[in-house]
Amino acid sequence: MAKVTFKTDLCKGCGLCVEACPKHILAIAKDKINKKGYSPAEMTDQSQCIGCAFCATMCPDCIITVEK
Amino acid sequence: MAERVLMKGNEAIAEAAIRAGCRHYFGYPITPQTEVAAYMAKRMPKIDGVFLQAESEIASINMVYGAAAAGMRVMTSSSSPGISLMGEGLSYIAGSDVPAFVVNVQRGGPGLGGIQPSQSDYFQATRGGGHGDYHMIVLAPASVQEMASLTVKGFNLADKYNMIAMILADGTIGQMMEPISFEDVEIEHYDKPWALTGTQCQRKHNIVNSLYLQPDVLEKKNFERYEKYRTVEENEALHESYMMDDAEVCVVAFGIASRVAKNAVVAARAEGIKAGLIRPITLWPFPKKALSEAADQVKSFVSVELSMGQMVEDIQLATGCRRPVSLCNRVGGMIPSPDQVLASIRKAAKGEN
Amino acid sequence: MAIVFEKPKALTDAVLHYCPGCPHGIIHRLVAEAIDELGIEGKTIGVAPVGCAVMAYDYFTCDMIEAAHGRAPATATGIKRCRPDNIVFTYQGDGDLASIGMAETVHAAARNENITIIFVNNAIYGMTGGQMAPTSLPGQVTQTSPYGRDVKLCGWPIKVCELLATQDGPEYIARVAVNNVKNVKAAGKAIKKAFQNQIEGKGFSLVEVVSACPTNWGMTPQQALNWVESDMLPYYPLGVYKDRSAGKEAETK
Repeated sequence: MAKVTFKTDLCKGCGLCVEACPKHILAIAKDKINKKGYSPAEMTDQSQCIGCAFCATMCPDCIITVEK
Repeated sequence: MAERVLMKGNEAIAEAAIRAGCRHYFGYPITPQTEVAAYMAKRMPKIDGVFLQAESEIASINMVYGAAAAGMRVMTSSSSPGISLMGEGLSYIAGSDVPAFVVNVQRGGPGLGGIQPSQSDYFQATRGGGHGDYHMIVLAPASVQEMASLTVKGFNLADKYNMIAMILADGTIGQMMEPISFEDVEIEHYDKPWALTGTQCQRKHNIVNSLYLQPDVLEKKNFERYEKYRTVEENEALHESYMMDDAEVCVVAFGIASRVAKNAVVAARAEGIKAGLIRPITLWPFPKKALSEAADQVKSFVSVELSMGQMVEDIQLATGCRRPVSLCNRVGGMIPSPDQVLASIRKAAKGEN
Repeated sequence: MAIVFEKPKALTDAVLHYCPGCPHGIIHRLVAEAIDELGIEGKTIGVAPVGCAVMAYDYFTCDMIEAAHGRAPATATGIKRCRPDNIVFTYQGDGDLASIGMAETVHAAARNENITIIFVNNAIYGMTGGQMAPTSLPGQVTQTSPYGRDVKLCGWPIKVCELLATQDGPEYIARVAVNNVKNVKAAGKAIKKAFQNQIEGKGFSLVEVVSACPTNWGMTPQQALNWVESDMLPYYPLGVYKDRSAGKEAETK
């Protein structure tokens, strides 16, 4: 059981976390826009998260916290 | 009686700096200021200080910037072409409002010029030298004793106003020897809460910086800095008056030129010409008040310089062009003779400018 | 549940001004993680460059100074010589370090100045809008090499690690990259070592981080990281180029 949380309003939607996720459970939320005007990254299936923190490792804006 | 020692002007600067609490020197070799670096190289290791020969004047001034930001009394010395290279660093130091002490033992220019004495960096020094709106405090010693005392004063003023203080000397005073005393060294202490010391995780981080991307913020910074400059102009202008009480011709000269000029004034008096001398000791701030008051009294001014007349403009500005200002000069490393100055005084006395 | 990854304490809460996907943020974080792990935040003094990272002084919680373009190693030298007990690092880009500041870089290395340099090589001038850098690859199209970098006209890219490793002075010279998770982790280790060396008084430690500039390369962030792998790394091989204490002279993997 692991949990990934995003500071969504600081996300720039670069998608590097999406590419880094080995479980392919992150996605850019095309239907949403955050305060900065970007479509942010979001978790699509928390239950499959293994807490590897690959997403956070590649996030240039340090907006991801990982718990395990 | 105070102990007096025979020293070269350049060495006097170095020894005075050490006595003023400077323990960090960064510099690059250039004639005719080499003795400052040589003296520091010898002394600093003995007193737990730092002497570092940098790879260029560009590096020296940026090392000075770092050390100044770290809150230290720090200096560099160079001569004209080297000071040009420092222009960028001087501007950053001024824009970051940290104190530093810089020595320019001038040589003739432009370009590589020569290695003989000159005063042709007057504009560069009094107008800041690098890019942007700023000033440095510019001190012009006329003796080896003043090389020492103005060095101490320079460090104190730099710390007092968080500005660059520059000694604007010339090759003659740098090289000549005179007996001097270090009796009057008094170190003034000023807090430096902005200094880079490490936060010790006890305070918010200090940032030493000259970048302000918001134009209104940068404008405010400049306005504030110029308020400070006004205070410096009001309080720190220095000059020496010589035989000015009843003078009708006022000779204006600084540094080595003032020593020649003083002899010429004495000679003029012997001929019955009422000549006097005003010697600016600070070139920025320029002793405007003294010059303006002189303009109420004298018929004309003679500016004696080792440049193409750069100081003439400041005399005209200070006096509002109320009296004619003539120029008596030699350049390229030449020095005017007392007779040449006397001839200029005679002409000025006759109203021939 | 325990936190396994969060923002390091040595980073402020300021929002990074970098473009989406710009690896500067990753490299900032690696520096901050090293500072946290070594417990040196309170005595660290950072030197920011001129370039995209010009505002790095807002992002680190330690004392910071903004240097003139290319002069960070000289400014850092001034600080370190005054305060040898503090930890002093510079953070510089390729134009700053390898073009205008080459003299300051080489001489700080020659003096084995006890400082840490983080050198970000993304083969382009980012802040000014994508001009040719000293590290731009042969044939690379930039604003000032619009037909591709012609080495006959503009010369060859400068390989900073290879160049510095030939010198007797420096302690530690390594090249890392941040184009994937594995490389980011290795980069973090090298950066930490570069700080550890300074703590131990070993001297000049420079870590070149091969990075990307999606905006000025005209790529998506992931495409840019792929280009690092396919084009940058063959020209700039990763590895430890010098590690004096480990008895290692120029060796690459």
